[in-house]
Amino acid sequence: MSEAAVAVHTGVEPAETPLTPESWGKLGMWLFLAGDAMSFGCLIVGYGILRHKSLTWPVPAAVLGINLTAIMTFLLIVSSVTMVMGLAAIQDNDKARFKKFMGFTILGGLIFLGLQAYEWTHLIGHTLPEHNLSFSKDLFATTFFVLTGFHGMHVTGGVIYNTSVLAAVSRGRYQAKHVEIAGLYWHFVDLVWILIFTFVYLI
Amino acid sequence: MSTTTHSTANYLKIFYILLALTIVEVTIVYLHLPKLLLVGLLMILAVWKAALVAMHFMHLKFEKKTLSIVAIIPFVLCVFLILMLLPDIFPR
Repeated sequence: MSEAAVAVHTGVEPAETPLTPESWGKLGMWLFLAGDAMSFGCLIVGYGILRHKSLTWPVPAAVLGINLTAIMTFLLIVSSVTMVMGLAAIQDNDKARFKKFMGFTILGGLIFLGLQAYEWTHLIGHTLPEHNLSFSKDLFATTFFVLTGFHGMHVTGGVIYNTSVLAAVSRGRYQAKHVEIAGLYWHFVDLVWILIFTFVYLI
Repeated sequence: MSTTTHSTANYLKIFYILLALTIVEVTIVYLHLPKLLLVGLLMILAVWKAALVAMHFMHLKFEKKTLSIVAIIPFVLCVFLILMLLPDIFPR
């Protein structure tokens, strides 16, 4: 943090990074995302194997609401687009346009979380009991909540991260390169949802 | 952004492709295709969409090629993970 602050004030990076000349933070975020991708990868592979071995796995589309989650997928894709639009705006030094698009991005994340909360409540309260499934005894339900829950935590983190970036840009502490790094995280969350949507809901 | 400027038109184009692919995905689920065909199609579409997001929104296409190695390693390791678990998936 202090190094970054020094770099901002003097305009000199500590040293040039070989992979991402713009900033060290970008390389750091890529390495973090690679690690995070492995966490998700383990969960998805584990899910696939449990499902393959199961004899009583229900058809997901029959239990889970695909139409609602298609809308959630759409929301995350839209919020990814508003994120890159915000990045393009701040690269043009247009702070007002950036704030508008970043606001939309945060709003998209919040609506996504709201829909997920609604979906979970509905599943736990109505749909799962109707299909004689329960969180604790059926791997179908367990893997579902672990995967979507782990992703939901990432969205929550992303909303907090994006909000703090918006605040820091407003106070003039963050520039375009910081927004780009936050964008990487947000697009990764979108990317993972695309995979979860396919593997958990559609297949 | 030393190498390229990213036009908002390009972002919108990617958005429409992602939207179209999502609609295709949801539609084919309702078509009652043979299981293997459906799973294959959905996997191709999912990887296609994920690649579009990584390439364009995360700018991987415009970065140094070496950075792609960082991005690809998790997927390679996941393939290894599946290979290591093959004896459990198909026991003798």
